[in-house]
Parts: sequence; C-alpha cells; structure tokens
Amino acid sequence: MSRVSFHDTVLEAVAGIASGATVMVSGFGSAGQPVQLIEALLESAATDLTIVSNNAGGGDVGLAALIREGRVRKVVCSFPRQVDSWHFDQAYRAGALELELVPQGNLAERIRAAGAGIGAFFTPTGYGTPLAEGKETRVIDGRPFVLEHPIHAEVALVAAHRADRLGNLVYRRTARNFGPIMAAAAETTIVQVDHVVPTGSLDPESIVTPCIYVDHVVRVERDPAALTGAPT
Amino acid sequence: MTTTARGIDRDALARIVAADIPAGSFVNLGIGLPTKVANHLAPDSGVMLHTENGMLGMGPEAVGDEVDPDLVNAGKIPVTELPGASYFHHADSFAMMRGGHLDICVLGAYQVSATGDLANWHTGAPDAVPAVGGAMDLALGAKQTFVMMDLLTREGAAKLVRACTYPLTGLACVTRVYTDLAVFLVEDRGVVVREAFGLTFDDLQALVDVPLIDGTH
Repeated sequence: MSRVSFHDTVLEAVAGIASGATVMVSGFGSAGQPVQLIEALLESAATDLTIVSNNAGGGDVGLAALIREGRVRKVVCSFPRQVDSWHFDQAYRAGALELELVPQGNLAERIRAAGAGIGAFFTPTGYGTPLAEGKETRVIDGRPFVLEHPIHAEVALVAAHRADRLGNLVYRRTARNFGPIMAAAAETTIVQVDHVVPTGSLDPESIVTPCIYVDHVVRVERDPAALTGAPT
Repeated sequence: MTTTARGIDRDALARIVAADIPAGSFVNLGIGLPTKVANHLAPDSGVMLHTENGMLGMGPEAVGDEVDPDLVNAGKIPVTELPGASYFHHADSFAMMRGGHLDICVLGAYQVSATGDLANWHTGAPDAVPAVGGAMDLALGAKQTFVMMDLLTREGAAKLVRACTYPLTGLACVTRVYTDLAVFLVEDRGVVVREAFGLTFDDLQALVDVPLIDGTH
C-alpha cells in the first residue's frame, strides 16, 4: 500500500497548508508552474506565506493572484521582474512584501542542499556583489567563495506530467526545472499531474522524481489552449 | 566629421560573435541582444545551445504548431528541440555552468570594467524592481564570457569603464566585449582593440576613458 495520497480535487490536495508556511512553487515563468494547485491555495484560508519560486508570478493568475490577494509575506526568488509582473511590482514598491533576491543557481543549489541534507556550501556565484553582502566568504585554492545555506520548506507545490500509483514522477521538456529539487526539499510535496498511470508502466530508467519524495498527487486538466500554445 | 556612418548594426555584430564561436562549442546565449547570435550560427557548426531552465540542444524559436508551453528558453519564449537534445533539472543545469562545462556564454551589459568586471543586473535606481536570474552564475561559470552591447549610452557615455558604478554581477569574468563600434579583448596586459568599425583607433580612444592597446594591425 502506497504512502502517497491521491486526491480527487486540488482543494483537498492543499488542505493541509497552514498560514505562515514556507511554500516552494515549481516553474520557470509558466512552464512547470502548478497553476491549479496555486489557485486552490488561493481558495484555502492559508495566508502570511513565504513563497520560494524562480519568479514572482505574471499576469493575474497563479502566484500573481496570491500576491494580489495579500496572502504572501515574503518571496524568495531570482527573477521577480517580468513584463506582466504588475502585482508583484506594486506590492514590492508599496513595501507590502519582503523580497530575498537570490542568484538562480544559488537558489537551485540551496533547494537541492536542503533535500540532500547539506548543512551549507561554498559557491563562487555572487562573490563581490551586493547579493553576497554580509555573508561569510573563504578563499579556496586561490578562488573566492561565498557561504550559502539550504532553503527548507514545509510544502512544495510541483507540476509534473505523469505519476504512477506509487507517486513516481516524470516531467515534460523544460517544465521539469525546479520540480525535482523542490520535491526533495520540502517536508510535504503536493504534485499536480496531467496523467496518472498504472504502477509499472513508467520505465524505471526514466523516472525523474522517485516516489520517496512525493506525498500527495492530484490529476488536473490543463487549459487546452495553454497546451496547444494557442493565443489566450 | 559625421558620426552617423560609423559603427555596425546588431545583426552584423551578432554575425561577428557567431563567427568567433568554435565548432562544437557548448554555448549559452543570454536574454536580449545575445539571442540574435543563434540566427548566425552555421547549421553544420555543431554548436550546442544550453538554456539555464534545463536543456541542451535548444533549437530555433517555435512557430505555429511547434509552440509548446512546456518548452521555453530563458526568456520564456517558446523554442524547439534539436535531435540529441536533453533535459535536466535546475540544480543540474547550474552545476553544468558553475562547474565550467560551458565553453562560452554571451551576455548583455550595462557596464564592463577594464579588468573584466561585469554589471548587468540592476541599475541601482531606488524604485527599480531588482531581478538577477542566472546572470551571476553564467558570468562566472562559463570558460569564456562574451559581452554584447552598444559601446555608448544614449547620453554618449562609454559603457567600457575603469570601474563599474552599477551593482556588480561578477568580478574579472568578461573576456571579450563586442560593441557596435569595436571588439575589445580583456587581457592581462590591458584592453586590446581587435577591430574597430568605421572609426580610427584614436577616435575610439577619445570615446573611452580606459587606456586601450591597438591590436587592429
């Protein structure tokens, strides 16, 4: 019997997320962003959230809607500014939310480190820049490095393509991005997938996220227009 | 003397950068102007493009039915995959960069210093929303970092400077600067002008506060 829970609705899948939680959200722009899970989080009562994600939402949906509704206390990300990031921009300029800006590779490695049980690590990225101010540095083999710490989270919201009945995951193209490392880093990982398939039907050699990292799965219908790339 | 005849346009500059990329290189092209370089890489060059959102073997921009929201480049533009493409997660993608496996990255810039310091992520303006993305990792990680930019700001100030005044992206990481007016090589002995476009070395030196070495012969 699998430890993974399969849910009929996204609302049920996100029901355990508490106010004040740190929530990782997969995706790079809209590719791999678990939009339906975020919309469900918006319908839940959870607020005062810290969001860890590469971007801070675009347009009026997903992360942007969560920010618009004042449910986000802090954003940890690498690239909040986009042509359509008006909800983040407005909240940031109004001082309504805190921003921790992290170089993208350090963001990924800090998330990976959390999932891998690493205490902290030295990285060359950011040395000598404003984003390393106040951080411990060390010269190793003649090269300067900055000490960076893992990013832990109570919850990860991840979008994947297929799950089997044990919760093993495969992704699709560049929608993989932060999904695998966030699934490993969070205490509880909630995944939305396009398809649930029988256990044994995924090639074990091609499974990207083994089921040990997965707690909740819900199948969603993605907007067909978004799937075909038709203008929306 | 009129100043309108000097310099080259952005496509011509992209062609020059593309011609300098050795066959078989693994290359990352930054958002904006550097993206144009892809249009000038010879199909048989074997250059493989990396995009930091988790792909090697990126093809041209997607059109029509090719558009797939799950397949985008670092600028979130829909792209295509070439035969032999591979996908990987973000930590692997940046390990690929930081670990020195990419041969060349091409980035835009606000300023480059005489010692190859790069400023390209933030103007430092108090009301600006800062965003860094993968610029810091790319600038430091690739074996060579090329910058593509206009040499002068709209106000006429050179963007090749003795020391950057904008917030830094990385220290001593830029190896070449491709501009509309000249190509500069950042070397231990100083900044060398490899070629100038429609102006003399002395004219170029008059525009730039950094002492230049004439390598145009």
